[in-house]
Amino acid sequence: MNHPRTFAARTAVPLAALVLAATACAPGTSDNSGSADDEKSGTLRVWLFQEVNNAPKKQVVDETVTAFEKAHDGAKVKVEYIPVETRAEKIKAAFNDPKSAPDVIEYGNTDTAGYVKDGGLADVTKEFAAWDEAAQTDPTAKQSVTVDGKVYGAPYFVGVRALYYRTDVFEQLGVDVPKTQAELVATARKIHKVRPELYGLAVGGAYTYGAMPFIWANGGELADEKGDGYVSAIDSPAARKGIKAYTSLFGDTNCPAAKCAAMGGNDTVTAFAAGKAAMAIGGDFSHQAMEDGKVKGKYAVVPLPGVKAGEIAPAFAGGNNIGVLRSTSHRTLAVDLMKQLAGKDTQRELFAGMGFLPTYTDVRDEVAKKEPFVAPFVKTLGAGAKFVPASPAWAKIDASLVLPTMFQEIVSGRKDVKAASGDAARKMDDAFGAAG
Amino acid sequence: MRSVHGARWTPWLYLAPALVLLGGLLVYPIYQLGLISFLEYTQAQVSGGEPTTFQGLANYQHLFSDSQFWQVLLATVLFAAACVVSTLLVGCALAVLLTRVRAVPRLALMLAALGAWATPAITGSTVWMFLFDPDFGPVNKTLGLGDFSWTYGRYSAFALVLLEVVWCSFPFVMVTVYAGIRAIPGEVLEAASLDGASQWRTWRSVMAPMLRPILVVVTIQSIIWDFKVFTQIYVMTNGGGIAGQNLVLNVYAYQKAFAGSEYSLGSAIGVVMLVILLAVTLVYLRLMRREGREL
Repeated sequence: MNHPRTFAARTAVPLAALVLAATACAPGTSDNSGSADDEKSGTLRVWLFQEVNNAPKKQVVDETVTAFEKAHDGAKVKVEYIPVETRAEKIKAAFNDPKSAPDVIEYGNTDTAGYVKDGGLADVTKEFAAWDEAAQTDPTAKQSVTVDGKVYGAPYFVGVRALYYRTDVFEQLGVDVPKTQAELVATARKIHKVRPELYGLAVGGAYTYGAMPFIWANGGELADEKGDGYVSAIDSPAARKGIKAYTSLFGDTNCPAAKCAAMGGNDTVTAFAAGKAAMAIGGDFSHQAMEDGKVKGKYAVVPLPGVKAGEIAPAFAGGNNIGVLRSTSHRTLAVDLMKQLAGKDTQRELFAGMGFLPTYTDVRDEVAKKEPFVAPFVKTLGAGAKFVPASPAWAKIDASLVLPTMFQEIVSGRKDVKAASGDAARKMDDAFGAAG
Repeated sequence: MRSVHGARWTPWLYLAPALVLLGGLLVYPIYQLGLISFLEYTQAQVSGGEPTTFQGLANYQHLFSDSQFWQVLLATVLFAAACVVSTLLVGCALAVLLTRVRAVPRLALMLAALGAWATPAITGSTVWMFLFDPDFGPVNKTLGLGDFSWTYGRYSAFALVLLEVVWCSFPFVMVTVYAGIRAIPGEVLEAASLDGASQWRTWRSVMAPMLRPILVVVTIQSIIWDFKVFTQIYVMTNGGGIAGQNLVLNVYAYQKAFAGSEYSLGSAIGVVMLVILLAVTLVYLRLMRREGREL
């Protein structure tokens, strides 16, 4: 009876092999340490976002690239346009596989802190400080490339929201453009009462960037810096006042909760463009949607009013940045290209072609004179726009819908402002704590 | 000795190709899932910004101490149970109907069911959303519901998704059960009717017992499908509904794992789902056995 032994002997080897194989199969981690190489020639790969109407962007970029290749002997630049919807996956994949990653990328400015934590972006603090054009960079835009005092890219353009309103409706009903937040709410209700088929002011429970100005205008903050990290301030009395003001716009007196609780920013813009709302909070980038919609020629834009007359509610400073990947083997060239792509000349042309607002205060004032439409947006930026916490936790807070959940809980009557903001603060602090 | 030895291993030799495939396609991913659930594994670890660390049961502890997880789990179980029962009822009723109608209506019903079956979940969900749209949808117009928003209330949103899930999964039940009924010898049914058995009685005492193996398979399949519903909830309630009221486990796991880049927490949710489904299936099979009927 030596069967058992043979069996054991026969199985031991494959089992051992299996265990060995298994231990070798730990989940992948890529080696994303900064490259030691800094080649002065070769091909630079660039990823930019594919815009809805990309031709003018491509033309501006092509000109910049041609000039760059002429100035740098032996350098070639290959630009790819990646779809905005899948950018998160593509950029994550690029960090995971440095070998096939680009050298320079365009990225959304709320992603900065997360990408830095992921170890994807190169620290360009020195080069940014030595760059003459950067002196005129708007402080909020600079904040959007800065994490822990270090700079990780160059601002590419900013996007900011203001109040769109229907001139024909206002004239017909004889109402004035609201000058304070209280007037804004009153005006919205008045219009909805007389014209119930219109939302007075289109708002959305998932429209976080439309809600933030209400919090900031009341002196609230999303989070406060504390030590190395952040602590949530969304449940502070000032922030709660702002949340209350925003959520008071939901309901049968303005924007019925059954429809508006689920709406996001695009839905409110679409509603306004389709002539279903008398007011909406839209961005400079929403201009084209309005022009293509039913409301063409029947609307105007003013900065979103603050609490007191004459004040402007601080807007969220959205926008994109250009950064260099840490894994690049052409660091010097890549940083030079970044400066060219995000330089003053390029931004001036990008505004002309695409309507993207420049990140340099002087260039912005210059273009505002030529194009009166952007004046209210430039004014909003001038009054001091604000930014989300520069913490890697922000991506998680954003993705787990902490703020939309809070607004939706309030407008659907599940929780009051205090309870909902308290829960949101707890979730935010969990995320900040985990991010360290 | 030699031949006995050979005989003992021969079946395994024949099974080997299938086992290797199964091992590669089933065991390995499950192993990875389990492994990741014990690690701290977020985007920072994947792209090498931070080292991967072993966390023991920390992910599970975090998960089990999260009250939202328990709410979502309860909602998932109840929703899946409602879906399974509705799907089986509709599927079996229509299967019986199929055996009683003439060729032309039978063909029409078959084609309609196959159409629903063949529709991708995303397309189906989007079309349903359009049908039930508060402003433009024909359903509200026909029923005179005005601008009632189906997705605003928790139960109406779940009900809407349930309808869609039943619509796209009853055909499998119907076709399978119909095939089973066709395989029942005609004499048995004839004997039942000669004995004066009613429709319901025939189904209860003759057809259902004979269809038991098929019903078991169909039920387990439905439980697994409906417990794992993702697309319908994600599309129809916009990623989990107002304030997350319509979250089910799979969408919750997606939110954690991919939107929030917490792959390890997402894996832990995956492991919990796997364990629950395995348990449900085993208990169900066990119950069948205890009743003394082999499958």
